[in-house]
Amino acid sequence: MHEMALSEGVLQIVQDSAAREGFSRVKSVWLEIGALAGVDPEAMRFTFDAVTRGTVAEQATLEIVDVPGKAWCMQCGTHVAVRQRFDACPKCGSYQLQVVEGDEMKVKELEVE
Amino acid sequence: MMCTVCGCASGEVTVEGQTLDRDHQHDEPGGDHSHHHHDHDHHHHKHDSESTHVSGLDHGDHHHYGQGPARAHVPGLTQAKMVQIETDILSKNDQYADANRHFLGHREILALNFVSSPGSGKTTLLSRTITDLQGDVPVCVVEGDQQTSNDAERIRASGARALQVNTGKGCHLDAHMVGHAMEALAPDDQSLMFIENVGNLVCPAAFDLGEHHKVVILSVTEGEDKPLKYPDIFAASDLMVLNKVDLLPYLSFDVEACIANARRVNPDIQVLQVSATSGEGMDEFYAWISEAHQRVSDGAAVCA
Repeated sequence: MHEMALSEGVLQIVQDSAAREGFSRVKSVWLEIGALAGVDPEAMRFTFDAVTRGTVAEQATLEIVDVPGKAWCMQCGTHVAVRQRFDACPKCGSYQLQVVEGDEMKVKELEVE
Repeated sequence: MMCTVCGCASGEVTVEGQTLDRDHQHDEPGGDHSHHHHDHDHHHHKHDSESTHVSGLDHGDHHHYGQGPARAHVPGLTQAKMVQIETDILSKNDQYADANRHFLGHREILALNFVSSPGSGKTTLLSRTITDLQGDVPVCVVEGDQQTSNDAERIRASGARALQVNTGKGCHLDAHMVGHAMEALAPDDQSLMFIENVGNLVCPAAFDLGEHHKVVILSVTEGEDKPLKYPDIFAASDLMVLNKVDLLPYLSFDVEACIANARRVNPDIQVLQVSATSGEGMDEFYAWISEAHQRVSDGAAVCA
C-alpha cells in the first residue's frame, strides 16, 4: 500500500502548485502511471480520496493515463513492448531487456478554478 | 522553529519514541552535534511511553512516522483552467535522496539498503556482518519496522550503533526518514551504514533513500519464483543474497531456477549464496561490500 505515500506525494505537488499559482480548488488531477511502475490504480484512487479530504483537492477527479511498458532489446537492437518486468523479448526471446518507458509516475496536469 | 531542510510534515512516525514533527531543528549531520533535538513540547506526543526503551544514544534513537500531510487552503480565482505540472510523484522523496547521497558520498560512507520479506533473516545477516566487520570498519544501522524496537536492540547487542525508525502504518522507509536517522546517528567518515528496510517485497522498491545499492535478501525457505512475483524489488536491486543455504538439503528449493528468475527480471543482478548462521559464503559477501566501499571512496576522490 505505498499508494498512500504516492497520494500524499501527489497532494504535496498539488498544494505547492496552488501556493504558486493561487488557485483555490482543483477539479481534476491527471496522472501518468506506467504499466511497470508497480502502482495499483484502484488503491491510488482510494488513497487519493482519503488524503485530499479537507484540502484544495477535495473531491477532485483522479484521471489516470496508462503508459505502456517499453524496453530496449540488446539482442535485437530495437525497442519492444513489455507488459511485465520479466517478459522476454517478443521477437527473440531474450531477457536482456532494458526498460525505457512505463516505469514513470507523474502528475501531468491539473484542472483548477 | 520551522524546519529549514525539509519542512517535514509528519505525525505517527517516531524515532525511538520521539514524534517527527513539523517544528524541529535540523542539525548538520556528522558535525559536533550528536543529538537530534526537536523544539516541540506541544501536542501529539502519543509515543512518550516508548521513549523509555531508548538506549545507546543520548538523544533517543527511535523514530516513528505515519500521519497525513499538512493542509493548505489558498484563496484564488474561480475560473477553471489547466495547469501543466509534469512532475514526478516521488520528486520530493528524490530530492531528499539526493541530499542523503551527497552527505554519504562526501564522507565516503557506503550505504546499503537491505530489502526482503519478513523472516528472510535480514537482522541475523546484519548482526553477523557487524560482528565480523566492526574490527575493520565502523558500522551503524538504521532499522525500519512498523512497530517495536526489537531489531535495533538485536543490532546493538552485536556492537553497532543502531537507530530504530517505526513507520507506523507505513510500509517502507522514505528518504526523509533516513535523512533524519542519519542526522541522529552521525555516522563516522569512511564507515558503513546499513539500512534495514521494513520487511516488504513491494513498496520499498519505489523509494530511493540515497543508498549506493539496494540488496535484496531471499531465503531458500521462500519460493524460487519470488523474483517473478515481486519483480520490482529485484529490478531495483544490484545484489541478491540467497540466505539460509545451510537448509538446502532439507528443502526442494531450486537454486538455479531462482537465479534464472532473478536474471529474467534483472539481467545485471549479482547473486551470492550465504548462510548467516553457518557462515558459508559470508566472506564473499564481505568482499562484495569492501569492493562497493572502495568504489564510493574512489568516487569521492574523483570529486575532490
